[in-house]
Amino acid sequence: MSTLHTINKSPFAHATLASCLQVCSKQDGILLLEDGVFGALISAPCAEEITTLIEAGLKVYALADDVNARGLQEKIRRDIHITDYNGFVQLSIEHNCVQSWY
Amino acid sequence: MNQTPSKKLLFISRHAPYGSSIAKDALDAVLASSAYDQQLSLLFMDDGVFQLLANQSSDGIGQKSFSAILPVLPLYEINSIYVHYESLLKRQITINELVIDSVQIIDSAAICSLLAEQDQLLSF
Repeated sequence: MSTLHTINKSPFAHATLASCLQVCSKQDGILLLEDGVFGALISAPCAEEITTLIEAGLKVYALADDVNARGLQEKIRRDIHITDYNGFVQLSIEHNCVQSWY
Repeated sequence: MNQTPSKKLLFISRHAPYGSSIAKDALDAVLASSAYDQQLSLLFMDDGVFQLLANQSSDGIGQKSFSAILPVLPLYEINSIYVHYESLLKRQITINELVIDSVQIIDSAAICSLLAEQDQLLSF
């Protein structure tokens, strides 16, 4: 059973991404949205943990509109998938539960 | 009448008491849900562990004390009350400072498994 975790706070100012990474499993997905997309930067706190988990199988997504709005199109790491609102719905269906780390 | 099979619901409470209504909302939701015959559990992590401190005297700020509310949870058939070990450790809170003693202290790896076995997660 997998969980979709959503993160909407910047990891530079909040610990929500760090908390999520502590307890998520490698079968899970993480969707970065709103200010959470700053977590897709290679300079983000927790970047190393994200790399380790992605290598173990975790999928990380970032919401395109929020990435673009903040001018991060060229800055986000390549191992994070860009998705849109339809993709968000699809991810919610594919995972058993959704946990919102607000 | 058809009995709908009961679901496993985990309430996750991650915010400190009093500063906002989130922590209180979580408890209200748990207590309300207890009327519907589901399998309820509650997890405190991050600043949510501050809700569990004994000796909270909140009269001065005009709010009801969590020290008074939390001990009634076991009476409402809340299956399990979990507390995240690393969150306690980071805040240097020891088990004997907690207002309820029927809690299960679990680490991150155990929470990972706990999340995977739920039908529904409710985050507060």
